[in-house]
Amino acid sequence: MRAKAITRLLFSVGVITWLALLFTDISVVFSTNAGIKPDIPVWVPNVILNLFILSLFYYYKFKIERDEVLNFIDLLWRVFATGLVATVFSLALKLVEYLLGSTKLTTHPVFIDLLYVINLGLMIGFLIMAFSAWKRLILYQKSKWLLRFWNVFEWGLLLALVYNSLGFTSIDSGFGQNIHVILLTFFVILALVLSGNMKWVAYLNFRQKWTSLLLLLLTIFYLLYGFFTMSSLAESLDTYATVLFTDHRAHIFVMSLITFVSIYSIFSFLVILFNLPTTSVFEQKLEEVVNFQRISQSIQTEQSEDSVYNILLETSVSTVFADAAWLELKESDREMKIFTYKITDKEARDIIQHLSDQNVKGVLDQGSDKTKNLSKHLAALKGSRFRSILAFPIYVKGENIGTLALLKELADGFNKEMTKIVSTFANQAGISIENFRLMEEALQNERYKEELKIAKTVQKSLLPDVLEKDDDFDIAAFSESADEVGGDYYDTLRTNGNEVSLIIADVSGKGTTAAFHMSQMKGIFHSLAQDCIEPDLFMKRANQALVYCLERGSFISATFFVINKEQKKVRYSRAGHCPVLYYHAATDTIEYLKDKGIALGMVRNKSYANFIQANEFQYKPGDIMVLYTDGITEAKDKKGEEFGYDRLTQVLLEVKNEAPKDIQTHLINRLYQFSETENINDDYTTMIVKFK
Amino acid sequence: MIHIKRLQEDGADVIALIGEIDASSSIELDLAIAKSVGEGFTKILVDCSSLEYISSAGLGVFMSYIEEFKDKNIKMVLFGMNEKVANTFEILGLYELLTIGKDKVQAKKMINEL
Repeated sequence: MRAKAITRLLFSVGVITWLALLFTDISVVFSTNAGIKPDIPVWVPNVILNLFILSLFYYYKFKIERDEVLNFIDLLWRVFATGLVATVFSLALKLVEYLLGSTKLTTHPVFIDLLYVINLGLMIGFLIMAFSAWKRLILYQKSKWLLRFWNVFEWGLLLALVYNSLGFTSIDSGFGQNIHVILLTFFVILALVLSGNMKWVAYLNFRQKWTSLLLLLLTIFYLLYGFFTMSSLAESLDTYATVLFTDHRAHIFVMSLITFVSIYSIFSFLVILFNLPTTSVFEQKLEEVVNFQRISQSIQTEQSEDSVYNILLETSVSTVFADAAWLELKESDREMKIFTYKITDKEARDIIQHLSDQNVKGVLDQGSDKTKNLSKHLAALKGSRFRSILAFPIYVKGENIGTLALLKELADGFNKEMTKIVSTFANQAGISIENFRLMEEALQNERYKEELKIAKTVQKSLLPDVLEKDDDFDIAAFSESADEVGGDYYDTLRTNGNEVSLIIADVSGKGTTAAFHMSQMKGIFHSLAQDCIEPDLFMKRANQALVYCLERGSFISATFFVINKEQKKVRYSRAGHCPVLYYHAATDTIEYLKDKGIALGMVRNKSYANFIQANEFQYKPGDIMVLYTDGITEAKDKKGEEFGYDRLTQVLLEVKNEAPKDIQTHLINRLYQFSETENINDDYTTMIVKFK
Repeated sequence: MIHIKRLQEDGADVIALIGEIDASSSIELDLAIAKSVGEGFTKILVDCSSLEYISSAGLGVFMSYIEEFKDKNIKMVLFGMNEKVANTFEILGLYELLTIGKDKVQAKKMINEL
């Protein structure tokens, strides 16, 4: 809003100063013509003219330089339109003059001066408009030096206004004339140097160039017309020897402006004219850039592999005006996959076959690292419509992964420039393919993560929510797995009124396979245990079943218990699992039940029976049985020391009188304290049984 | 991380394990043993004196060769384990399946007696 108000104000000032100029100048002309001393000093019109120039200068500065949306053609159009208005107005005045005929009025100096001042106002308006527009064009791609240069020019012109106002304007005085010539030469040289900045021309397309030519031509015409009209009017005023008027020819600012605007208009016209034939090349380059962008964007928008390659082929074909193309990519060690564009797979394969028959190195020979024009070899292939071929190796991380081939029906259809362009395309293709593969990988990883999450949920759901209850003992269990899916398993099952079966197991390895084996173990436990099976027999059968499920190198360590409350007895069998920690309440002693037994799946024949033992013991009230997995004993502190068996014993002794749930909580707390981290690196699983 | 060194002594292939064997590094152990078997050695000594830790996956590698060794009449003796590693072998019952010696001298003696 503020800028708008300023432009309006400046415009009004312009109009007022012009009117003032008109009256003062006419008054001076009238007085001097009549041979009397003017009422006002003769320098007044000059100063008012300069004020008029200043107001217009800033008016256009605000109007043109602050307008961000104007493009080149808009600017030229504005200049043209201003020139048109000025010229039409001036011509209309000429018509009026013509209609009046050669009367005393039309030859009177006051009338001529009226015409002169009107024309001067129009001309200056047009010149300043053009000046602002040219400024934008020149400074389109500015450097520090260009900007400095321009500032010198602009401020120099404004200072010339001040110099002009001071009144050394008389051409007649020798001193004034010298200064005048020196200053004018200075500005002309600056204008010439500045007119060398034509970078904006390169950004015009073919159509815009034609429009610009027309607009510039008309602008030059207006300038010429304006200049001659002004000159002739000034000359006719000159004929009245006594008349003093505001002569533009003595005005350095106006003269410099006329020179600058004309020079730049003519330069632009010529540059555009001579640029016309090469426009298509620039447009081509621009299209290449756009095509590159398309390729890279096509990957970001998660398009399919086929469409990415299709865009690549399409853009490279259109860039070098080829007729067809194919992209051959190494899928695995032996297989090659072909993506074609405007050529059938068969045709492409025929050409590949032909070139390999001819033993041509370079085109589809992956060993060559050079781009080759192989057109001469194609001439020998009968029945093919293509006569030129250009092939490029595509690299991903320094590895040749395929070939981009372009074909033309014309013989010798590719030139060196095209070779360069397409080699850039081949590089871009390499990047695109690499990006595409990385993207695929990332998606795959995401999928794996999702699957792992599912596996973890499955694994959690395999662990029992509720443990068996009995009036002879209490059980508490806890299992926490690391980020990965673990393979720890525990479960309980009541087989009859007196007996409850317990199991704790640890599947070797981690991840999805561990979760699978764990679910197999659960199946085995629930099917075997319900028959009140003896522990050693359980292990033998479980081993036999697992032989068919576990892959080579995998095994499961487990301990299976049957608690009989009628006999107050625990029968158990250990298959390579961590020894049970047992607390004897009666004697207040603690021990690890170390007995023989190897893990399930380690021996995959009947001889497994020889490695498994059946054990039993009587339990007494207050006895505690701690079952755990190696994640507990192998938990490490910051120094890398393991939690170990002694610490586990110690922890149990600290809370031997508590309920299983509290013992468990205490143990877990101690573990976290020991490892000093929230992120466990293994699975922690315990099952604590306390007898009553 | 595991570093595996192999050298031949008295017609036996001595595989020295240095570092820790977990799920990922167990592959290297597997490769080393497979290579030794592939080269035709019938006597394999595994030096565990610099083995600091072995996970169940690492033990699985030894287990997976037991049958194959029996068929091909290849003898393998492990030796020099520290207490912690030995305990891992013991808990899983591997002492009964694998021949484990105290030191290299004993291991060499054991492998010739097998």
